Amino acid sequence: MNRESLEFDVVIVGAGPAGLSAACRLMQLANEAGKSLRVCVVEKGAEIGAHIISGAVFEPTALNELFPNWKEQGAPVTVPVENDELHYLLSERRSIKAPGFLIPKPMRNEGNYVISLGRLCRWLAERAEALGAEIFTGFAAADVLYDDAGAVAGVVTGDMGVARDGSKKPNYQPGVELLAPYTIFAEGCRGHLGKRLMERFKLRQEADPQHYGIGIKEIWRIDPSHHRLGHVIHTLGWPLDNETEGGGFVYHDEGGLVSLGLIVALNYRNPYLNPFNEMQRWKHHPVVRRFLEGGTRIGYGARAVNKGGWQSVPRLSFPGGVMAGCEAGFLNPVKIKGNHTAMKTGMLAAEAVFEALQKGGVPDLDGRYRQSWVDKELFRGRNFGPALAKFGTLIGSTFIWIDQNIFRGKLPFTLHNRVPDHATLDRAANSREIDYSKPDGVLSFDRLSSVYLSNTNHEEDQPCHLVLTDPSIPIAQNLPLYDEPAQRYCPAAVYEIVEAPGQGARFQINAQNCVHCKVCDIKDPAQNITWVPPEGGGGPNYVNM
Amino acid sequence: MKVLVTVKRVVDYNVRIQVKPDGSGVMLDGVKMSMNPFDEIALEEAIRLKEAGKATQIVAVSIGPQAVQEQLRSALALGADRAIHIPLDAAPQPVNAARALAGLAGRENPDLILMGKQAIDDDCNQTPQMLAALLGWPQATFASKIELNDKAATVAREVDAGLEFLSVDLPAVISADLRLNVPRYPKLPDIMKARRLPIETVTPEDLGVEFVPEAKLLKVAPPPKRQAGRKVASVDELVAALRERGLLS
Ligand SMILES: Cc1cc2nc3c(=O)[nH]c(=O)nc-3n(C[C@H](O)[C@H](O)[C@H](O)COP(=O)(O)OP(=O)(O)OC[C@H]3O[C@@H](n4cnc5c(N)ncnc54)[C@H](O)[C@@H]3O)c2cc1C
Ligand SMILES: Cc1cc2nc3c(=O)[nH]c(=O)nc-3n(C[C@H](O)[C@H](O)[C@H](O)COP(=O)(O)OP(=O)(O)OC[C@H]3O[C@@H](n4cnc5c(N)ncnc54)[C@H](O)[C@@H]3O)c2cc1C
Ligand code: SF4
Repeated sequence: MNRESLEFDVVIVGAGPAGLSAACRLMQLANEAGKSLRVCVVEKGAEIGAHIISGAVFEPTALNELFPNWKEQGAPVTVPVENDELHYLLSERRSIKAPGFLIPKPMRNEGNYVISLGRLCRWLAERAEALGAEIFTGFAAADVLYDDAGAVAGVVTGDMGVARDGSKKPNYQPGVELLAPYTIFAEGCRGHLGKRLMERFKLRQEADPQHYGIGIKEIWRIDPSHHRLGHVIHTLGWPLDNETEGGGFVYHDEGGLVSLGLIVALNYRNPYLNPFNEMQRWKHHPVVRRFLEGGTRIGYGARAVNKGGWQSVPRLSFPGGVMAGCEAGFLNPVKIKGNHTAMKTGMLAAEAVFEALQKGGVPDLDGRYRQSWVDKELFRGRNFGPALAKFGTLIGSTFIWIDQNIFRGKLPFTLHNRVPDHATLDRAANSREIDYSKPDGVLSFDRLSSVYLSNTNHEEDQPCHLVLTDPSIPIAQNLPLYDEPAQRYCPAAVYEIVEAPGQGARFQINAQNCVHCKVCDIKDPAQNITWVPPEGGGGPNYVNM
Repeated sequence: MKVLVTVKRVVDYNVRIQVKPDGSGVMLDGVKMSMNPFDEIALEEAIRLKEAGKATQIVAVSIGPQAVQEQLRSALALGADRAIHIPLDAAPQPVNAARALAGLAGRENPDLILMGKQAIDDDCNQTPQMLAALLGWPQATFASKIELNDKAATVAREVDAGLEFLSVDLPAVISADLRLNVPRYPKLPDIMKARRLPIETVTPEDLGVEFVPEAKLLKVAPPPKRQAGRKVASVDELVAALRERGLLS
């Protein structure tokens, strides 16, 4: 095929905190050295922030390094955390508030800020453009390009105007090759190109499998009398049982808004578990609902987070490129914070690539990471995830408290969790069905009315972007064994088992609802679903998520 | 032949509009903004006219704050030859938009002005008609097909009863309906090139535009919440339910 191609010095895939920090840092280095540098960032969302979703309580460490004068430059980081609470939810109604000293140290939030990551990304994008980077939104990097020696040579953007059956529509437009000596992959958690790179360059050989959670978030405009700017609450326990790991958050942001959500670890065992419904019922707990009564829900979104931590970090560098941010899995699972580590590893990636542009060869990001505070921070919290997976939430949290507050993460052993999340489901026959009560339409809602608030849209006439390796597996295998869990783990109700009288069950994929969370790609027990990017610009249009 | 295309910056059609709690307008903070879809269609038509050798120059114009330059850049990326920004603190209402555009038409002397039939934010469907009146030019609105020769255009208009065919002498104002064409996607290399192209700024004073007072916005309110529906098991039940409500006799 005859494609147009454009040449740059560096191509960056993904305009999240990692990709944008990499772009800013590269241009800073070039400007300091008096060199001209052509840096291109591609982002599949229709605009910066459209696909960005985070809590977020933000640790400004990396921002301090990237733009020491960010306050004067007007970064949208303005709401200091004022009040930081951790509640153990014991049941539907009961809870205890953990006294300050019982909160594991890394989970405390002095010096942090409540932010909208979408807003921060828009600001970072403005900075990157002002420094000279080129950002293109509405273009997904669809595949990796390799040179004759097998090194990464860039990416190709997705074709536009392809019909469902694969034929070209009148407005068909082939993707463009973006070529560069070095490419920085920053697609966030479970990037689809990152997945291919890890396989091709065997980057995971010495790492534990990556572990994941699904984060489901809503934004509410609440009754002003309930709003306390900068107030931050985390919850553990109910509605999740002791063997299902996860927790909730409630962050009071500016503008009378509250960001709240539930993160559920994807190594859950019960195939009947429905993370969306858990989140809906969690809002009914008095600790949460007291803020929401009289309020209006204005935003909804979901995204996978990685939580394997230190043991799961893969090799980061390979010929022609590096991986940064959640693409590589730098979220700190103790804090459930990945923005500062995404930014920092983006900056380190920029430094490694900038050096390689002068010297040639494979950029040294692994060495830079091992020398950085990101490695130290993740190392300290390394036993968190495996402890919860091994001991359950109650004993696990006790272990973590001792590990973090007494030994400061220096216990002389490292726990491992080597079972990938797609392999943890029990058979449906051995599992308890969970009775989720109907949403009340006031505090709790169904999935479709939720997806509506994510402003999600995809061109309807295009190939399905959720690809089944073997189309028979959902009905022939997943349904009898696990009651096809995709019906429940997808936060956008994309997957349905439809039974037409006399025709038996059929697996239906409502791809246009997809919010690009990547959970199906992770949790399908047969690893039969592959998420590939739909036509550029499709997906959610999150507003300040 | 020179074609002037109007481009309005509006809230993207995918965004679920939310009304500000104080009723003073709709939420715009962090909301995706785009070129009015009908303007995209108008621009696409101009590009096709140029590709067919009928138009020689396409000039895109937008009225409003600095941010509208984003949509003008999109127009340049798609194929406009020039872009003109008429700066104003906020997008004007149709009557004043038409006045500013009439001023610009006096200066640019286009042979054809292509516009969207309406902007999807205010849904006024007035600017093209007012502009034609101010200029004293013929107008053809809701165009779903345009055929052009040197002196006139034949336009198929979408009307309630079907299609109406008009022939209008040039210069004329034509407004685009949904089915006129399917716009192309911008190409990445063209977006990059468009970033380096100049955008001309022409102020209302330059054009000697006299604005008139605009309608005062009193309040914006969301539509009343829809009552929950009810599922019926059969056609009979549906008919009975409709009868019950007097919707079927
Ligand atoms: C509900 C929730 C709450 C969270 N709370 C917090 C918190 O309070 N504090 C905190 O620090 N962290 C929090 N996190 C984690 C944090 O959001 C992530 O660690 C962070 O967003 C990772 O940044 P990133 O740049 O690596 O990836 P992302 O933010 O995921 O950005 C990746 C970008 O790349 C784009 N992209 C992906 N693939 C392609 C492609 N092929 N082509 C083009 N573009 C592509 C995506 O659209 C996206 O815009 C939370 C996460 C979630 C889901
Ligand atoms: C920018 C823009 C501007 C537009 N402006 C106008 C305009 O000014 N005037 C105009 O007439 N049109 C306009 N349209 C077109 C219009 O919005 C839609 O194209 C049209 O409503 C599509 O209707 P539909 O019934 O084909 O499909 P849908 O939109 O899919 O369906 C419409 C209704 O049918 C229901 N429905 C869908 N599927 C089912 C099902 N399986 N079972 C039961 N109910 C179902 C939906 O819930 C909905 O209530 C515009 C479109 C765009 C993009
Ligand atoms: S289809 Fe997959 S990626 Fe899309 S929303 Fe559902 S689980 Fe997430």
